Amino acid sequence: MPSTRRPETLAGRSPGAAAAEPLVHARGLRKAYPSPRSGRGGVEAVRGVDLDVAPGEAFGFLGPNGAGKSSTMRMVAAVSPPTGGELRILGMDPRTHGREIRARLGVCPQEDTLDNELDVRQNLLVYGSYFGLRRAEAARRADELLEFVQLTEKARSRVEDLSGGMKRRLTIARSLINNPDLLLLDEPTTGLDPQARHLVWDRLFRLKARGTTLVVTTHYMDEAEQLCDRLVVMDGGVVVAEGSPPELIRAWSTREVAELRFGVGEHAEVAERVADLAQRVEVLPDRLLLYTDDGETALMRVRERGLQPTTVLVRRSTLEDVFLRLTGRTLVE
Amino acid sequence: MAGSVLPRWDMVLRQRSYWAAAYRRTWRGSVFSSFLVPLLYVLAMGVLLGRYVDARGGSLEGAPSYLAFVAPGLVAAQAMQTAMGETTWPVMAMTKWQRTYYAMTASPLAVVDIVAAHLLFVAFRLAVTCGLFLLVMAPFGVFASWWGVLLAWPVTVLTGMSFAGLLHAFASTVEDSTSFTILFRLMVVPLFLLSGAFFPVASLPAALRWLAQVAPLWHGVDLTRMLVLGHLRAGPAVVHLAYLLALSLAGWLLAVRRLDARLEV
Ligand SMILES: Nc1ncnc2c1ncn2[C@@H]1O[C@H](COP(=O)(O)OP(=O)(O)O)[C@@H](O)[C@H]1O
Ligand SMILES: [Mg+2]
Repeated sequence: MPSTRRPETLAGRSPGAAAAEPLVHARGLRKAYPSPRSGRGGVEAVRGVDLDVAPGEAFGFLGPNGAGKSSTMRMVAAVSPPTGGELRILGMDPRTHGREIRARLGVCPQEDTLDNELDVRQNLLVYGSYFGLRRAEAARRADELLEFVQLTEKARSRVEDLSGGMKRRLTIARSLINNPDLLLLDEPTTGLDPQARHLVWDRLFRLKARGTTLVVTTHYMDEAEQLCDRLVVMDGGVVVAEGSPPELIRAWSTREVAELRFGVGEHAEVAERVADLAQRVEVLPDRLLLYTDDGETALMRVRERGLQPTTVLVRRSTLEDVFLRLTGRTLVE
Repeated sequence: MAGSVLPRWDMVLRQRSYWAAAYRRTWRGSVFSSFLVPLLYVLAMGVLLGRYVDARGGSLEGAPSYLAFVAPGLVAAQAMQTAMGETTWPVMAMTKWQRTYYAMTASPLAVVDIVAAHLLFVAFRLAVTCGLFLLVMAPFGVFASWWGVLLAWPVTVLTGMSFAGLLHAFASTVEDSTSFTILFRLMVVPLFLLSGAFFPVASLPAALRWLAQVAPLWHGVDLTRMLVLGHLRAGPAVVHLAYLLALSLAGWLLAVRRLDARLEV
């Protein structure tokens, strides 16, 4: 069962002694950034997060911009020191074993850090050398990975000439050069067009199928829903809910949602008149959401009351609805 | 992350393919200018201007000619400019424009390893540029002894390094590259002109002379000149060497701290 606070389910998740140790283990994890001038009392980006990521799992952070996803990811990547709490990655303490942890991680940061001065293949070779790969080994891995992310034809191209989607795929290939035990992807498809997103997703599904442990952040609920076995919903630096996508939807939303659009400014007033027709009614600036297990029936009743929405849509609940329920806001403004 | 104070040499070595690739992109242009710029300076300042200076006589700290006086100063000044060119803009590119340092810190490399590799690359570039500069001057007959020149070579590298760490630290602290233009105008140009490369600092007004002698360039210029012209005085030489070493080391440590603060957040 999902819960709003720290999920007790996790403790119950691996009761047996044989259960594998989590790859990421955090309790009360915090990150505060000093304010640029005084160096004191700046932004509290992460305010007590508990996490456990099991081997082979695809784990997600879903939350709007500024929720603290990247800050958490950078701590898990052993580059940003936590300001508080407990953190173990691959069973090690990032404060003392940063190099050892990073040697076994793959990191795909939110902002591209590819080297524009090197060609596509060189980017992989040079990166491989940071992990101590021998030249021949790095070359073999680079060719395999270019094949995997469908960039073999672009091996000699300049990075600058790649599209956004190709750059993302190259970054993913680069993050795999050391055969990581844990792959961290911070907003892997943000800013990509739909076709490019699907290409990236397709590669991530293949990695998942191979058993690679993935930790993904996203503010796209469809990405979270499709990719993640389990996720936490983050807002304002805290975890507001945790569970698998279906669990979260079951716990925090209804089976269906009827979306009704009326004239500008009428939504609040209409909401009062239909409040009894659904388990819950949400008013958004441009539409009304009726949460119910039977959308069509609710819609019929609305019409029986003489209300004529300009457009209607009955759909299944998504993580977007979960987020709206938990925070009172939409994920993507 | 913090924790490791000393670089690990295997980690520093792992960056050689990055720096080799960076050097391959620019070495042609840099080698060409490393010959041409010294040649122009030596011809214009040393040979042509030198004729007028020598015709008037006067004391040039015991140098036999103006050419002999100015040439070693020019190499030391070149070292300062090379150090600036290899730290400021490249550091900003690696922290901000291309974020190469962020990619590096996501690997087993730590900030100490990254700074060490960068500064060692700067030392290599200094060795090449200053070495070529000394080579260009050889035919002009200003060197008193070959061993003096061989000792002057590492001194010019050290002169560059006394700037490199501090400039690296500066570059990972500032937010945009207009600061470099200001630095160039307020520090590099005045030091270049006033650090005893073109005339003895003794001819400066007392206040300016004091300033010139605090800056590392004068120590580099004076030590290089003593070695090249063959009248080494042990006392000042030791002071120069200690000062340059101390600044290089302090700059190195500061560079690590500043980059750490920049990347770790
Ligand atoms: N390096 C930083 N220095 C200061 N504040 C930061 C820094 N990085 C993030 N923040 C702040 O921390 C909060 C969380 O940011 P972030 O972790 O990037 O969230 P998300 O990835 O979910 O969008 C925001 O308010 C952001 O402005
Ligand atoms: Mg982010």
